[in-house]
Amino acid sequence: MLKLNMRQMEKNQSGVIAAIKAKGELGRRIRDMGLTPGTDIRVQGRAPLNDPVALRIMDFTLTLRNSEADYIEVEVYG
Amino acid sequence: MKATIALAGNPNAGKTTFFNALTGARQHVGNYPGVTVEKKEGTCIHNSSEFNIVDLPGTYSLTAYSPEELVARDFIVKEKPGVVINIADASNLERNLYLTLQFKELGVPVCIALNMMDVAKKRGIEIDISKLSKLMQTPVIPTVARTGQGKTELMSQTDTIVRENKEVLPLEISYGDDIDPAIAEMEDAIIKRNFLTETYPAQWIALKYMENDEQIKSAGDSADADFSAMLDGIVKRVSDHTLATLDLYPEAIIADHRYGYIRSVIKQGVIKYRHNRNRLHISDKIDQVATNRFAGPLIMVAVIFALYHFTFTYSAMPVGWIEALFGWLGSVADANLADGMLKSLIISGVIDGVGGVMGFVPLIMFMFFGIALLEDSGYFARVAFMLDRVFRIFGLHGSSVMPFIISGGIAGGCAVPGVMATRTLKSPRERMATLLTVPFMNCGAKLPVFAVLVAAFFADNEAEVMLLITLIAWAGALSVAKLLRITVIKGPATPFVMELPPYRLPTFKGLAIHTWERTWQYIKKAGTIILGISIILWAMMTFPGLPNTESQKFDNMRKQLKAAALPSTILETDSISDNGKLSEPAKTLKEQLTALDSREAEAALKFSVAGRMGTALEFFSSWAGFDWRTNIALVGGFAAKEIVVSTLGTAYSLGAVDSEETGSLSEVLAKSPDWSPLTAFSLIVFMIFYAPCFVTIVSIIRESGSWKWGVFSMAFNTLLAFILATIVFQVGSALELLGG
Repeated sequence: MLKLNMRQMEKNQSGVIAAIKAKGELGRRIRDMGLTPGTDIRVQGRAPLNDPVALRIMDFTLTLRNSEADYIEVEVYG
Repeated sequence: MKATIALAGNPNAGKTTFFNALTGARQHVGNYPGVTVEKKEGTCIHNSSEFNIVDLPGTYSLTAYSPEELVARDFIVKEKPGVVINIADASNLERNLYLTLQFKELGVPVCIALNMMDVAKKRGIEIDISKLSKLMQTPVIPTVARTGQGKTELMSQTDTIVRENKEVLPLEISYGDDIDPAIAEMEDAIIKRNFLTETYPAQWIALKYMENDEQIKSAGDSADADFSAMLDGIVKRVSDHTLATLDLYPEAIIADHRYGYIRSVIKQGVIKYRHNRNRLHISDKIDQVATNRFAGPLIMVAVIFALYHFTFTYSAMPVGWIEALFGWLGSVADANLADGMLKSLIISGVIDGVGGVMGFVPLIMFMFFGIALLEDSGYFARVAFMLDRVFRIFGLHGSSVMPFIISGGIAGGCAVPGVMATRTLKSPRERMATLLTVPFMNCGAKLPVFAVLVAAFFADNEAEVMLLITLIAWAGALSVAKLLRITVIKGPATPFVMELPPYRLPTFKGLAIHTWERTWQYIKKAGTIILGISIILWAMMTFPGLPNTESQKFDNMRKQLKAAALPSTILETDSISDNGKLSEPAKTLKEQLTALDSREAEAALKFSVAGRMGTALEFFSSWAGFDWRTNIALVGGFAAKEIVVSTLGTAYSLGAVDSEETGSLSEVLAKSPDWSPLTAFSLIVFMIFYAPCFVTIVSIIRESGSWKWGVFSMAFNTLLAFILATIVFQVGSALELLGG
């Protein structure tokens, strides 16, 4: 499976989170919202200026800045 | 005895709707000590038992990183509510249980209100209630907060838990082989030492040390520094190991294991999906258009415009009523009180001052209603999502846009609701930078001042100059925000990580409560403080009165005028108030007398404390091109910006100038040898940036939680305005631009 940085993912691409490299408050916020290794995500869309990114995770939609998505590695399906 | 019940849950899980359903109108809002987090309390009566319900701030977790989370867990640990009702969104159960699990770790009595059962059902999500209850070792009551369904069952369950008053042990879950043994070791030591155990459960203290929790660690350091250092040593040993083997801090491993635990619960058949879980819901379909690259920004502009139109169009009528009411009060006082100081105080100080504040009330109500609608429907989060990229450049947040617009980002708002609207911002530094810079926007009260100056000096390019004024305000506000974010409010951007909640139809009850709460706070705070301030300003512009010799001069001049006229003419001027019906000589006499009154008012103003301040400030203000008249007007503008126009009118011997009818003032300024277009432009720049009006300052103090920020915005903004106006005037004079 292809491993990508979340910033590089395209709209409607889905995958499973492989690793989260953020530490401190950001790392904790990301995990508290359910972005933990092994979780399925799909890129639902991006803001008009391409940043932030909107993700579908579990049963809700989460938005992250690209600079925050940089800390997340995803194994992309197909 | 009245038992205390805490309502806790994720944002957007329907917590506030539930709170409103349980307490109705029996609620009041305050603040938690030392922070600007709202504290809502109310009473609920169920089967003759009375409960005190506290609505805790909505949180996703219980870390020490945000004031909301600290407030929530401090309340639960220290006030020990009889039951924590955990409102969980059934259509988004997995993430909602993350908070539930943290309550279980804390060992407090929890009851899950599984809310939004209707939404979950529509989405094809089926939940096995009894299985969930058994696996989470917690009572679960299905509810629909919007309709009040399940409310009675929930309160009965709550009543039972309070009556039984069973001891609840912290739930023990595994955080993996690296962490579990260390936590057990720390827990034993903590119990033996009685370390903080009067307040917190021992296992929870160990867990929080492992999570590197600032609050608990500093409490530990001050209670028993040596022992705290020993615990830190254990944590260090574990984290060195996990960093080396997994490249993870224990904090991350603990969070991952919590989700692991929840997934294992869910996988045991708690949830069944009747449709594909990734199916697009209605909300997602709306978002495909509403946040679309091209349609999204257009819809956003339309929505903002509609909010504006709604607020300022429909509030105009009630604002007019209130102004008429205070105008009537003024005329009643005028007719019934004897001329003198008391009359002047009541009319100019009390009625005009309080009337000025109350006049804003309908505007604020309409604005807050519109904001509550956008907030509760979920659209606000989309605006923040779309504009974050732009605002981030200036150290702000996507959610900063609304306060800016409300304050007059498109000329004609009001900074008071603007400052109050910063509450929707959850990032502390970004919020502070926003609330300190929104007063630069061109509020409705600055507009009459601009109108006078533009009509007098830029009549040929009115629209262009007004646009330029708006652009200067935005450029200034964003630059200052950036400046503040790299100096006094320095610090990294708060993580954006934000939920886009599903679109929801707000309930009218929720909107009404929301709107009224904020409006009432405004009336209470601003109403009392502004009364004091406006009396002080009145006194400054009244005392000391002209010395007898001076007023004698004016009296003599009056007598001379009257002596020269026929007795019948004098009688006519005294008895007929309609100028149109006067004969020519009587008209002339009346005009001369009025002119004399105005000159006396000008002399009195110059002689007063405010006038002396204005004259004393001329030394500095001349650098920016302002004379004593402008200075007094600007001092008056502290109370409310529209006062600038009326005070300039008095200072130029026009008598009182209505801010709606400013034609005569424009003419006088245009003809005055002291004024040039450059002076006018310098004053415009000063008006944009100088100290916010008092009501805004009061709001800033309230919202920032410290009077220091109020003082800061007065001093900093005035200094900035003065520097900019001086640059404009000096550079303009040197280059001989705009008639300088």
